[in-house]
Amino acid sequence: MSDLPEIVRGWIGQKRHEEIGEFDVERGFVLTGCSSVENGNPIYWDEEAAREITGGWIAPPTMISVWCRPHFWSPYRDEEGLALRTHFDLKEQLDCPEAIMSADELVFYEPVRMGERVKQYQVLRSVTGPKTTKLGTGRFWNIEVVYENMKGDLLVREEIAGFGYKKEGQ
Amino acid sequence: MSATKIRTLEDVKVGDQLPELPYDVTATTVAFGAIATRDIRPMHHDKDFAQKRNGLKDIFLNTPNLAHWFERYITDWTGPKGRPGRMKFRMKGSVFVGDRMVFRGTVKDVSTDDKGCGWITADVNVDVDDATMTSCEARFALPTSADDNPWARKGDDWQP
Repeated sequence: MSDLPEIVRGWIGQKRHEEIGEFDVERGFVLTGCSSVENGNPIYWDEEAAREITGGWIAPPTMISVWCRPHFWSPYRDEEGLALRTHFDLKEQLDCPEAIMSADELVFYEPVRMGERVKQYQVLRSVTGPKTTKLGTGRFWNIEVVYENMKGDLLVREEIAGFGYKKEGQ
Repeated sequence: MSATKIRTLEDVKVGDQLPELPYDVTATTVAFGAIATRDIRPMHHDKDFAQKRNGLKDIFLNTPNLAHWFERYITDWTGPKGRPGRMKFRMKGSVFVGDRMVFRGTVKDVSTDDKGCGWITADVNVDVDDATMTSCEARFALPTSADDNPWARKGDDWQP
């Protein structure tokens, strides 16, 4: 990793972009998510099932990123809100105009409940040296994202693998 | 509702196959999925951008929405007491407008941990034209009996 810019080397293993979601977890958006994939699981639709099985309404665990993604526009920002900012920081610092996600692992802990506010932070775990694939030349990186509620309960731990690259001739 | 049968651990054995779920992907599927995950990046709603900037054939499903598709597919089979513990995705290709995606899954492990929680691990794929676009190794908790409930587990009793 000695060929990495110093600023990027300094990010590895450090907590970055600690952010609190801009709105509370709410059931209307849970149902929008369920509707988008035709998820008829009664714990999201039937109050009695939710009470008996999950102790009240919860959000589908895979919807975790929804609660921390910034609004696309906000009166409190001059720029577009970006999720997973470490990924975009790496694209900029490593001169990789393109990027894809190649793997994602989600580990689920406490359920996400209505009315909670979700906070998250990111830790850059690793960056490879330059690699050439059929997409172009760039680097692979791993970013860990930790989601908690405001009581500090761990909700989800996520590890995302990305490949930032330049196309040939770009 | 689709996820009403409650499957217990004793109902499952290694090699069991989950029922296939085919689904024809439209522009609405992709755009609605992006909105439902609050993902406004243009490659998930703007065909011109996807083609001219990304060099792709069309807009495509975003990763968070695809994760919810996998969760829905597995809990359709487990029933509502099926609790996600861990999902590990490998993205190999994209699912585009016009594709017929097919979810397929096979149970590869059935176990009980030292806290008495029942677990299944399944390999689940979403395929298009018999090529896998995303694979997922999914570890879900299942009740060990009719009166067990994995969702009631907390702290050290929950080891995903």
